[in-house]
Order: sequence, then structure tokens, then C-alpha cells
Amino acid sequence: MAKPDEDTRFSKFGTVSFTALTKTNDFIDYLEGGKVEGTKCKTCGAVFFPPRADCYQCFSSDMEWFEVSGAGKLLSFTKLEYAPIGFEDDIPYTLALVDYGSYKVFGRLSRDIPEEEITIGMMVAPHVVKLPKGHISYEFSKA
Amino acid sequence: MSDKVAIIGVGQSAFVRGYPGSIRELAYEGFKEAMQDAKLEVKDIDASLIASAPEYDRQRSPAGVIAEYLGLIPQPTCYIETVCSSSSMGVLMAYSMIKAGLYDTVAVVGFQKMSEISSMEVQERMGRGADIQWESPFGTMMPAYYAMYARAYMDAHGLKLEDLASVRVKAATYGQINEKAVYRKPVALADFVPDPDNRMAGPVASPLRVGDCCANADGSSCIILASEKRAKAVTKKPVWVLGLGAASEAVNMAGRPDLTRGLRVGIEAGKKAYKMVGIGPKDIDVAEVHDCFTIAEIMAYENLGFAKNGEGKELIRAQETYKEGSIPVNVDGGLLSKGHPIGATGGSQIRTIVLQLRGEAGPMQVKDPEIGLIHNIGGVGLYGNVTILGR
Repeated sequence: MAKPDEDTRFSKFGTVSFTALTKTNDFIDYLEGGKVEGTKCKTCGAVFFPPRADCYQCFSSDMEWFEVSGAGKLLSFTKLEYAPIGFEDDIPYTLALVDYGSYKVFGRLSRDIPEEEITIGMMVAPHVVKLPKGHISYEFSKA
Repeated sequence: MSDKVAIIGVGQSAFVRGYPGSIRELAYEGFKEAMQDAKLEVKDIDASLIASAPEYDRQRSPAGVIAEYLGLIPQPTCYIETVCSSSSMGVLMAYSMIKAGLYDTVAVVGFQKMSEISSMEVQERMGRGADIQWESPFGTMMPAYYAMYARAYMDAHGLKLEDLASVRVKAATYGQINEKAVYRKPVALADFVPDPDNRMAGPVASPLRVGDCCANADGSSCIILASEKRAKAVTKKPVWVLGLGAASEAVNMAGRPDLTRGLRVGIEAGKKAYKMVGIGPKDIDVAEVHDCFTIAEIMAYENLGFAKNGEGKELIRAQETYKEGSIPVNVDGGLLSKGHPIGATGGSQIRTIVLQLRGEAGPMQVKDPEIGLIHNIGGVGLYGNVTILGR
């Protein structure tokens, strides 16, 4: 159980979160505001997705957030017919990797894209999705 | 300091579903075979390295418990873990320990008993071998990650589902003649035709099907390494460790370079190993590659330089990786037929190549090989080891 003063916002991420405490907890607040955000090192300008609290290039921990918005290119995808424990109710679902040039974003594709229309190279854009039990995530739809 | 390091003993348990014993008893099986192969007594072993992935065991810190059961106390022991490549990394460590002159003879014992938890629990743990903060919450698992590589390969290189199935057909050709393999039935391309009666064709994570995935298994392996002086004193058939390469990679898919080029750890570890020996891919006579999924074998052909990027499929289409082909690969059935007891797998691959180089591989023997290569991957290309052995 979390102590009363612990910041466990990240335990709401995705269908099942395996992480409660992280310095990148603000990611959840941005999701609740409808935005998917990565981090950028204010010292050397390195861009990170998934977000990092600490820069390995210049050893700065002075980060700012930036929004992952607009279209990215679908690099690959897979439709799962079998799932790990905790994800059985989501089957089938489609995982995807999306390219934004200087970074890539991993996530799910929305069910609103018909399976036969999913192709590598198609343009997709992220949006926030509310999940059962107060959880929150993001997925990609056609841009 | 030792000039050269040799493998003087190899052993492996049968790989099975549901081993009816404890982890120390399982580890004993591979160890006993290697010790009998090397004709050694336990007092001859100066140190042991115990390799596995810990999350399947109830036993905390398994190295000590296993070393005791094997009779390897009071010699030093420790635990080595890079998930599926743990025992290859153990061999790299043992080589370094002997080369440094600290020890003359080191046993690397790999084991995994996966059957104590359900297949779904295994998938969940394997999924947590990925990035648990940013990717596991989407419902990831090993087949899904490799499926994304397979999809990218199909799109970029014209790889066909039939090519993937052909890798499994080859594996089964040799799995049938490997008495240690968990899966010993033949497999034909027809088994992949979508049909409720065709179990191999069942969907897992598109485009990968049941038949594209290796089976979980329980098993153990053991590789005994020794200094040149020691090796020459105890065996007439030492197999020399010529090259060792290892590499690591971003855990999350978002951190990966181009998916259409395979696994960077395979490329990097291969380059280092070839450079250490001063040879290239054309000098390899027989190879074991990490075929946890059919696509992984195709990528390994390319990442090791047996084929150019995008042309790995041509090797399986022309049957060049069969026993009689130009570069025989996984002629012991591979992970696809043998099964994949994580910590034991690298040792099993190394054992196969040692037997090949000694001319003791029985019905799986390729013609007179002098140099063999082992490619062993941890996680979805999170870790990679390439080991080159010679007579």
C-alpha cells in the first residue's frame, strides 16, 4: 500500500500499471488534460519519448515537457489474440510503433481503424483514452 | 595467464514440459552429463557460474543452493543473468576468469524450470522483461514484439508467411532426431493453413502463429571451460573458444533503430566475435541461432552476415541452412523444437556446436566442420551474445 504522502499517480497508466513511483508522474496529469507528452532536456536539447527525468548526455535533470501531437508514421503493428494476465478482457487489441522523426512512440491502435485498412506507412495521431477503474492511456487513430 | 581457453565438457538434460523435480535436481542432470563427458571429479572444478532468469523460482539466490547440490562447495559461485542468453554470458565470464589466471576450470550451469507457473503467467513475466513502465501497461508479450519485427520484414523485404513456416518445418526436421528435444513431431507447411484443426496455424500475435513460437520448457545445461594447459592434460578433443562478442540495446521498442534491419545486438555481438577471431561469416561451417520465433532465425541469418539485409528468406527458400546446405543452422531442432528453458538455452546451443566440432553429433552431424558459431539473444534483442568455437 502506498503511504499517504506518496505520489502514486503513475499507477493509473494503462490497463495494468507496473510502476507507481516515478519522477515522470506529470505524464499522467498531461494525459488527464488530453495530451501525450515527452520530455526535452533544457540543458542540451535532447528529446525523449518515453519521457525521462534525467539526461544521459549531459547529466542534467532539468527537463521540460513537449506535446506529441499530429501525425506520425506507422512503423509496425501486431494484433494480439492471446494476452498476458490482466489483459484478457482487452483481446483482441493491436500494438503499434509510430515514428515522429526524432523520436518514436509505442502504444495501441484504436479499434476504430478497420483491420484491413491498417498498413505500414499510414499516418496516425494519438488521443487520450479513459479506461475502467480510473485508469488512463493513449491510442492512435487515423490522422 | 592462460593463452587459450577450451571447452572440455558439455551436458544437457532432456528439455521437457513439467520436470518432476526441484531446480537443484534439474541442474544436476546437465552438470552430471558434462562432468562425465569431461571425466572430471567435483574437486577439479575451481568455480561455478549459475545462469538463469530468477523470476520463475521460489528459491531466492539459487546459485548457492545449486552449487551445494552439485558438490561444488566451498568453491566460489555466483549468479549470471541476461534472461535468455544467461548461459552464453556465463561462458563469456568463465572465459574471462580463466584468461585472467584466477581459475583453471570453471563450470557454467544454466537451468530453468518454467512449469511451476501457468503459460499465461510465463507470458506476463516475459512481458515484464520489456519496459514495465512505458510498454507493459499496453499488454505486451514476447511474441508481440517479435511479431512487430516480422510485420516490418514482410512489408520491407517481401518476406512471406510461408517463409516463416519453412523455418519451423526445418526445425522439426531435426527436432525429430534430437532425443533431448521437447517437440519431436514432424511439421509440414500444410499445418500452417488456417483451419481450426491446425494448431500450428492458430493466431497468437499477427503475423505470428502458434507454430512460429518456441515452447516453454524445463531444462538444464552445463559447459565446462578450462585453461589450455588443463585442457590438454584432460582431453584429446578440446574445443577452443575463439571469439566472444556481447552487446545490449534499448529495452523499449521506441528506442530501437530500424526494425527492418533485425536486432542490433546480433549485429554488434557478431562483429565483435568475428573481429576477435579475425574471420568472417563465410568461414563458419555450422551455426546455432536464437530462433525463439521463426522471424528471429531469418533476422539472425542477416545480422550474422550469412545473408544480406532483406535476403535472409532466400537461405530458407533454397534450403541452404539445412544440414547439407552451405551454412547449416539449428540442425539440432533449435529453440523451436528443443524448447526454450531460458537460462539453459545458450548452454544447449554451445553443447550442440561442441558435439558438431568433435564429430559426435550423431544423426545431426554436418560434414567435417572446423569452426562453429552460437548466436544467443536475451529478451527481444535486449542482450546478445555471439560465441565462435573451433577445433
